[in-house]
Amino acid sequence: MAIDSDVLVVGGGLAAITSAVAAAREGADVRLVSHKSSTLRQASGLVDALGYVPATEPAQPLREGPPTAGRELDRDDWPDPEGPLADPFEAIDRLPETHPYRVLGADALREGLALFDDLAGDAYRGGHTETNALLPTFGGSVKPTARYPAAAEAGIASDGRPALIVGFRSLTEYDARAFAGRLEAAGVPFDVAGAEVEFAEAFRADTKVTRLAKALDHDEEIDGVPAREALAKAVAPHLHDVVDEAGGVDRVGRVGFPAFLGDQEGDAVRAELSDRLGADVFEIPMGPPSLPGLRLEDRLYDALDAEGVRFETGFPVVGIEAETDGSIETVSVDRKGRETPYGADAFVLATGGLVGKGLDSDREGVREPAFGLHVEQPEDRYEWFVDDAFGDQPYARFGVRIGEDGRALDADGEAAYDNVFAAGGVVGGADVAREKSASGVSLATGIVAGRQAATEATQ
Amino acid sequence: MDQQVDVVVVGGGSTGCGVVRDLARRGLDAVLVEKGNLTHGTTGRMHGLLHSGGRYAVSDQKSARECIEENMVLRDIAGHCVEETGGLFVKRPEDSEEYFQEKLEGCRACDIPVEVIDGEEARRREPYLAHDVEKAIALPDGAVDPFRLCVANAADAREHGARIETHAPVTDVLVEDGEIVGVEIEHETGPGKRVHGEPGTTEEIRARHVVNATGAWAGNVGAMAGVDVEVRPSKGVMTVMNTRQVDTVINRCRPKGDADIIVPHETACILGTTDEEVDDPEDYPEEEWEVDLMIETLSELVPALEDARTLRSFWGVRPLYEPPGTGTEDPTDITRDYFLLDHGDRDDLPGMTTIVGGKLTTYRMMAESISDHVCDALGHDASCDTAEAPLPGSESEARMEELMDEFGLRSPVARRSGQRLGSRADDVLDEYDPNPVVCECEGVTRAEVQDAIGEAGSDLNAVRLRTRASMGNCQGGFCSHRIAAELAQEYPEPVVRDAEDELYQERWKGQRHALWGRQLSQAMLNHLLHATTMNRDGDPASLDSEVDFGAFDAGSESGTAGANEGGDAGTAAADGGRAGDDAATDGGI
Repeated sequence: MAIDSDVLVVGGGLAAITSAVAAAREGADVRLVSHKSSTLRQASGLVDALGYVPATEPAQPLREGPPTAGRELDRDDWPDPEGPLADPFEAIDRLPETHPYRVLGADALREGLALFDDLAGDAYRGGHTETNALLPTFGGSVKPTARYPAAAEAGIASDGRPALIVGFRSLTEYDARAFAGRLEAAGVPFDVAGAEVEFAEAFRADTKVTRLAKALDHDEEIDGVPAREALAKAVAPHLHDVVDEAGGVDRVGRVGFPAFLGDQEGDAVRAELSDRLGADVFEIPMGPPSLPGLRLEDRLYDALDAEGVRFETGFPVVGIEAETDGSIETVSVDRKGRETPYGADAFVLATGGLVGKGLDSDREGVREPAFGLHVEQPEDRYEWFVDDAFGDQPYARFGVRIGEDGRALDADGEAAYDNVFAAGGVVGGADVAREKSASGVSLATGIVAGRQAATEATQ
Repeated sequence: MDQQVDVVVVGGGSTGCGVVRDLARRGLDAVLVEKGNLTHGTTGRMHGLLHSGGRYAVSDQKSARECIEENMVLRDIAGHCVEETGGLFVKRPEDSEEYFQEKLEGCRACDIPVEVIDGEEARRREPYLAHDVEKAIALPDGAVDPFRLCVANAADAREHGARIETHAPVTDVLVEDGEIVGVEIEHETGPGKRVHGEPGTTEEIRARHVVNATGAWAGNVGAMAGVDVEVRPSKGVMTVMNTRQVDTVINRCRPKGDADIIVPHETACILGTTDEEVDDPEDYPEEEWEVDLMIETLSELVPALEDARTLRSFWGVRPLYEPPGTGTEDPTDITRDYFLLDHGDRDDLPGMTTIVGGKLTTYRMMAESISDHVCDALGHDASCDTAEAPLPGSESEARMEELMDEFGLRSPVARRSGQRLGSRADDVLDEYDPNPVVCECEGVTRAEVQDAIGEAGSDLNAVRLRTRASMGNCQGGFCSHRIAAELAQEYPEPVVRDAEDELYQERWKGQRHALWGRQLSQAMLNHLLHATTMNRDGDPASLDSEVDFGAFDAGSESGTAGANEGGDAGTAAADGGRAGDDAATDGGI
């Protein structure tokens, strides 16, 4: 017997959760099944919408034929992107026609962000305006984003208060001095200094940030001093490190730390540090494992639960089990080696892109493995890339194409099935990395796919 | 700053490094100039095979004898650069039995110790060998780290008074009164270590003799002096796997052919190769079919390669040479022997000697013979001791177990650091506390990275060659920014940014040839980390236009006032989400 629901969402990330909630709010009975935990642990926790319109044409024609072995780097020459954009919406028309934002329209993004605001609640900021914010991330550069964790807010770059960036000698992700230098090079409207301090030395070298977060959560004693106090003491000597243009010394108004200020007690940790330092405290979004990403994941699954969506993780969809008249009836789910049919009136494919394994590839080509949907791609894999790592990489745009109702399309641009919708990283056409649009594309495609799937199912 | 020295050695590959070491140890005042990093040309682009001589035992027994002799020398003097993996020449059913016997006899004739083992024994030693491999010849092939070897030679030369200048291309060969009297070089970022952004300078180095050890580029240097050196560069592809499918060098036992060797190297295996003549060692196509050929053909020996993860591919050019008029058509038939061309005898232009051909395994022997020649030319009487004197890092047994305790390193990290640094480990690792890992794939710690920065300046590719940092699975995705951050102790921010970009782009270059399956996923993850999160491509610090920060969100009022509120909801979510997730996974349905 098949396990049935109105809508089956396949995938476990931001797009999957968005579509599941959107479908549930349309009154559908929704089930979500995902293979692995989402890739949110690798994401910064910033929720971007559109930060740039990157160049899609190189300044010079691309080479023809195979790459050549020069001793020098054979970089393509790409013009600067348009941006950073203060307004993510007005630039949508300047994206390529096949971009999901162009296909679905700006309102899909607006509504997706509104749904996110509702799910994220107090933990996130930025919903008070349609304007992007610029926030520093762990590379030391500022990034345009539509929403940001409350824990990161005091780091906003359009804030004029002098800032101190704290780095730890035992953490290697960034050097605080270079970080501050990079902010200055970006022309930020505040004075900034970086300080490398000793704190994590009390832990073994290569201690994970999750371990440090726990120590702060529980205020564990470090050499006899509670962790939060010890951290504040390590930073305190640097509160006057900022030198303004005139050579005067400013006391900093805010202090940035790598994003490990507590896991479950983050607000309390920040409050205490802020109190002890007499300055606002903010977290700098980091690479994997990303605590802000993990916190967001927790929050979203909690919301999913509250919406009455049943979910299971650890079970991949391995293929279509039955179809009739252009509709899928059941898919096959691998439940610990046992294939089980899952039936639904409509399906949302939100399995992620190349990272989340929603797209698979070998030397012959790129595939969408769950439903076998068409993935547009150059036939020759040597046309999947350009020579500049940050050029317009064709591979970055790989994915399933969708119609304006979110249905997955076949090679001819027709709906592949009557009842299959696609959302998130598995959808192609966007270069989310260069556009800074990964979360926005998930939200926009997610809300459309979820609503349309519910409509299809409850017709 | 012009200088008069005894000898200028042009080319920082294995031959040039070997020559400058030898000359310096004989008491001559020598300078080595290299246009890129050490090993930049061919040496850094080989598969890392320390030949037993088995490959040449049928076709070229002189080379085979030299190989086995030098193989044994390097195990002694360069222990920290060599892994004694052993090698197998394996025979598949379709491979000629007659050739197998010829190979065996050839090895014996060249005093290469051999042992014939059956297929079962071969698979016991290397479980991933194909089930139909019939038998194999076991012999003492090994793996050698060409970077470490060159750096150690250069370091020893410097200890004996030599000067080493990298990123210093020769722009002219100085000829006066029918004699070569030195070279003009360009210091790309000034003399000494390379530092991004430093202005370039030029320098004339006058020398009593010039050694042209530029391999495939020997013709270019020759042309500057007005002499013809007709090297026949031949390209070969090498494909890097993400793990060691084999721990022994695996050779296909057949006369000649592409894709017939697998060399285990550090954490990886390297598949090789092709042999195609090219016109220009700087500019030749790197083709898809070559990569496919490696995987498909070598899967006949080790079937697991077919679906294994490939990290990148790279190409090298062999500096093949044969005396004018030999006229060999197929580059695979050109001798692998080396040639010493004295331009006084050959072109009536004294003062320069060119060395071409040869191979890394016999680099020391080549260096000795050219050093003998130079000493003769200069009337300098000194004997060679490079076959007995250990290289820096190989003077004593590395104390790996002790290192672990001493430097608080996790055990695999300590082992790997110890292998890379050899007897220098104490000095290097002692410098830093805390000493966190900077490159996790290869287990490279801050101390090693800082040690390499001390030698190489802000050139992170030179740091990579010395430490292997960024050479693992992630290909710099998780570590290029961390390696760059280590520069911040000494260099200002723009240098850090430029150096990071250069390393990241260099890593991308080789990955282009491995963009499918898991490495394509890795490439996308790297792209997301570096472009999405770090915004390296759109960083206002690097864009031409200025950003109007006032046009962006300056924060919500509620946010600034209440940044520390709202804790209850956040905490609840953290608890509830996890618990719900687990419940669904374990007990669901």
